[in-house]
Amino acid sequence: MTTGWFGGAPSEGDGENVEEWYEDDGPMVRPYAVTRGRTVGAGHNLDMLTVVAAAHPAPRLRRTEPEYHEILRLCRTSLSVAEVAAALRLPLAVTKILIGDLIAEGNLNFRAPLQQRSGHHDVRILRAVLDGIRRI
Amino acid sequence: MASAEYDTAPRRDLAVSVKILIAGGFGVGKTTMVGSISEITPLRTEELITELSSGVDDLAGIENKTTTTVALDFGRITIDDNLVLYLFGTPGQDRFWFLWDELALGALGAVVLADTRRLENSFPAVDFFESRGVPFVVAVNCFDRAPLYTDRDVREALDLDAHTPIAFCDARDRESCKTVLLALMEHLITQASSALPG
Repeated sequence: MTTGWFGGAPSEGDGENVEEWYEDDGPMVRPYAVTRGRTVGAGHNLDMLTVVAAAHPAPRLRRTEPEYHEILRLCRTSLSVAEVAAALRLPLAVTKILIGDLIAEGNLNFRAPLQQRSGHHDVRILRAVLDGIRRI
Repeated sequence: MASAEYDTAPRRDLAVSVKILIAGGFGVGKTTMVGSISEITPLRTEELITELSSGVDDLAGIENKTTTTVALDFGRITIDDNLVLYLFGTPGQDRFWFLWDELALGALGAVVLADTRRLENSFPAVDFFESRGVPFVVAVNCFDRAPLYTDRDVREALDLDAHTPIAFCDARDRESCKTVLLALMEHLITQASSALPG
């Protein structure tokens, strides 16, 4: 895990620190600005193929950032984390944090992908995939 | 690895996802294949590479270049209400190999696309899947004017096991790509059926 200037939030009201924070960030500021600088959130264990969908009923969304609203709009139909990231044009790591927030607050339901060791998948799943490919 | 806190509340009403990887050297037609078979226009997402301390030698010591992005192209085939298949093109550059591990985790299997003009570009992908125990098929993308080889030529050149299927395809053609994926699935089913329990 890389620490350093990204390891913790700058203390508020400390002008000098804040200035340093932005000065050395380079391209890191923009990808993570939407997560307020967090590189680790509730979503850090999400897989890029975890399927998410908006919860019904759901608690009122308390977040004001447009990205959260956009995710809930996209997830009226179920989508993978990777598809949400592509639609938002945000890096996967950032998208996972935002989705993790919405899961933690009960606004999104999720289902992790099948994670059997490669070569050890259930034959029924493999046959279903084979039949599905035949149909397209 | 799935997180325990999330797995306590799995949602059976949501579809579950599975994935197949499309690998091969740079410019061999991975994204073309994904696009030919996907029900959606292939999507591109980016993974941020931030953990420089994890031994990415190429980038170590380059100050001011603390992050880089790797583009991943992927497509989707909805199998039914409960199952969605994603097809992921693996990053072509060797320096992003560590990303392959995450991609390979839990994959059903892989397609190694090969170009007979540059067969050696397929070696890293073949080695990777063999070493990780990920079952795969080799699909020779038949580029115009590329020299024609037999199944045996390719098997020998790539030093493949006798049971690894080889298919010849045109990555631009949907039916051709379907044939490759079906060959992979049949290979996976054969393997899974012959594996003894335990």
